[in-house]
Amino acid sequence: MQYQSQMVAKPYFIAAIGLFVAQILFGLIMGLQYVMGDFLFPEIPFNVARMVHTNLLIVWLLFGFMGASYYLVPEESETELHSPKLALALFWIFLVAGALTIVGYLAVPYATLAKITGNDLLPTMGREFLEQPTITKIGIVIVALGFLFNIAMTVLKGRKTTVNLVLLIGLTGLAVLFLFSFYNPDNLVLDKMFWWWVVHLWVEGVWELILGSILAFVLIKTTGVDREVIEKWLYVIIAMTLITGIIGTGHHYYWIGTPEYWQLLGSVFSAMEPIPFFMMTVFAFNMINRRRREHPNKVAVLWAMGTAVMAFLGAGVWGFIHTLSPVNFYTHGSQITAAHGHMAFYGAYVMIVLTIISYAMPMMRGRAAANSNKSQVMEMWSFWLMTVSMVFITLFLTAAGILQVYLQRMGGDAALSFMVAQEKIALFYWLREGAGVVFLIGLIVYIASFFVGGKERAETA
Amino acid sequence: MGESDSPVLSQQKATLSMTVPDSNRTSCAITTDYPPGDVAIWIFILAELSVFALLFVVYAFTRHYNLELFDLHQQQLDSRSGLINTLTLITSSYFVVRAVAAIQYGNARLCSRWLWGAIALGLLFLLVKGVEYQHHFSLGIGLSTNLFYTFYISLTFFHFMHVIMGMVILTVVALKAGRGGYCATEHTGVETAASYWHMVDLVWLILFPLVYVMR
Repeated sequence: MQYQSQMVAKPYFIAAIGLFVAQILFGLIMGLQYVMGDFLFPEIPFNVARMVHTNLLIVWLLFGFMGASYYLVPEESETELHSPKLALALFWIFLVAGALTIVGYLAVPYATLAKITGNDLLPTMGREFLEQPTITKIGIVIVALGFLFNIAMTVLKGRKTTVNLVLLIGLTGLAVLFLFSFYNPDNLVLDKMFWWWVVHLWVEGVWELILGSILAFVLIKTTGVDREVIEKWLYVIIAMTLITGIIGTGHHYYWIGTPEYWQLLGSVFSAMEPIPFFMMTVFAFNMINRRRREHPNKVAVLWAMGTAVMAFLGAGVWGFIHTLSPVNFYTHGSQITAAHGHMAFYGAYVMIVLTIISYAMPMMRGRAAANSNKSQVMEMWSFWLMTVSMVFITLFLTAAGILQVYLQRMGGDAALSFMVAQEKIALFYWLREGAGVVFLIGLIVYIASFFVGGKERAETA
Repeated sequence: MGESDSPVLSQQKATLSMTVPDSNRTSCAITTDYPPGDVAIWIFILAELSVFALLFVVYAFTRHYNLELFDLHQQQLDSRSGLINTLTLITSSYFVVRAVAAIQYGNARLCSRWLWGAIALGLLFLLVKGVEYQHHFSLGIGLSTNLFYTFYISLTFFHFMHVIMGMVILTVVALKAGRGGYCATEHTGVETAASYWHMVDLVWLILFPLVYVMR
């Protein structure tokens, strides 16, 4: 580790992993509720478990992105972080606000939470993924502003690199687009339309810039390939991301009351969204093949390759499956969407955060460049357990989704009702739950890998 | 990636270097590697062309099923503006070719001048297209008017944005060329920008007959 202030990333990474565990536990609860509807009712109803599962994902990924930025920006800028104290203060504010919000979700009914947090003063609650009380949203904005200020000041005083520039654009976009969560028009069409400006333009827009820059950073460090080569690819990838992704928002505008031309624009542009992900796969493997050194942190390289492949499969291929409007007419909001959501979030964003943690954590814990061999082998086990089980979760949900669409939407007069169709596909929900348990085991192995082999002689770079 | 040349390409290179006069050259032989410019831009061009190709295919099918509608509204377009813009872009591509040739002889100032010329023509294109859009919008025509205009506006506007992007790339390269950032032996940047600009031109050469001319 070259700069002392990079250490502020450590609490962010630890919090991210902690919240990750909680997210998976709620995922398992929910998965069971699909087949045992009254499991943990009325303490944790399905809608609450779902809200906690998705909100925790977003919050821990944000912790991961912030940790990644605090780690890589000083190193790229070749200067200490502008204010490590501010970074630590924001960490605690964000953690406490996030924890209180989750406790709020679990402790009181959602309507009560809305009432006690003064939602009627500035109504922003009640929309999927943006369920946070208005006061939490304001907190997120304050944290984001402080964070951006800290990062931008560091970038401004130090060396300017493409990685930093792309990361900063991504983070700024993330903060700016979040402001649309405060816009809550009465017109439901407009409400949905701008809601996607947060949700879609985050995950299929600016988050991809963050993903690209973190991946580029890790590849520069682990492969020793010229920065110019990697940066060039980064430019091409982000240009393609934005060209396809921005108008690609149209694939959410098929059935919400927006004009008909979105059928065309949404289909064509989102059908091309896999291209930047494919480029990312080619890019990562190309750089690793051209590596000039064998970096001792093999597991970080494994995570980087995994990100490139799984992001393409999950976000690219599984997104494409149901993105064309004639297909989406049948599949909209089915388990196929859930399948895509799981593999895309895992492949693109979970894995990139685990990549940077895997790369940075050993150094922040005082090891030369990598964990001991024993620890790395264990982490590789966790990689395969989590990744393979996620593939199975995706496949089972896809099977469930195809059956659901067939039984519920394609039978004409003989089509089954929602709940009857759900019963018919219960087997796949059980299988998914089983794969989910394996995922949790993988996650436990991952955490355990931090605590083994500490005494073994750490390898040097 | 593609570092080694096939015999055919080497022969092409030899032919190229034979046909150019030797005067004015500052340094060593022309280094025209294939593909010209950076490999990354070619991957980008391929990706971009795929997007356009998909749009063209969807256009073809939609037109096939709505022939009368498309014919009727195509006739309302100002094909003179389209023609002017076609000539503008072809000329600008020629300017870019001259710019590449100039830098191959190490003449950076001339290269920069040709590039600025191409950028000016790009501006002219935007202006003509802008007047056309202005005309449509003043008649209340928009994306929702009918299927033809959905395609016409989205296709041409998507291309319009590419002209702007191409001009940004050309500007960066023109400025660097003006500062003496390229020479006869190292001018990958110029070739990269030129390749992208030719793509923008090429797409228009398909777009123009497709949208304005074809009956």
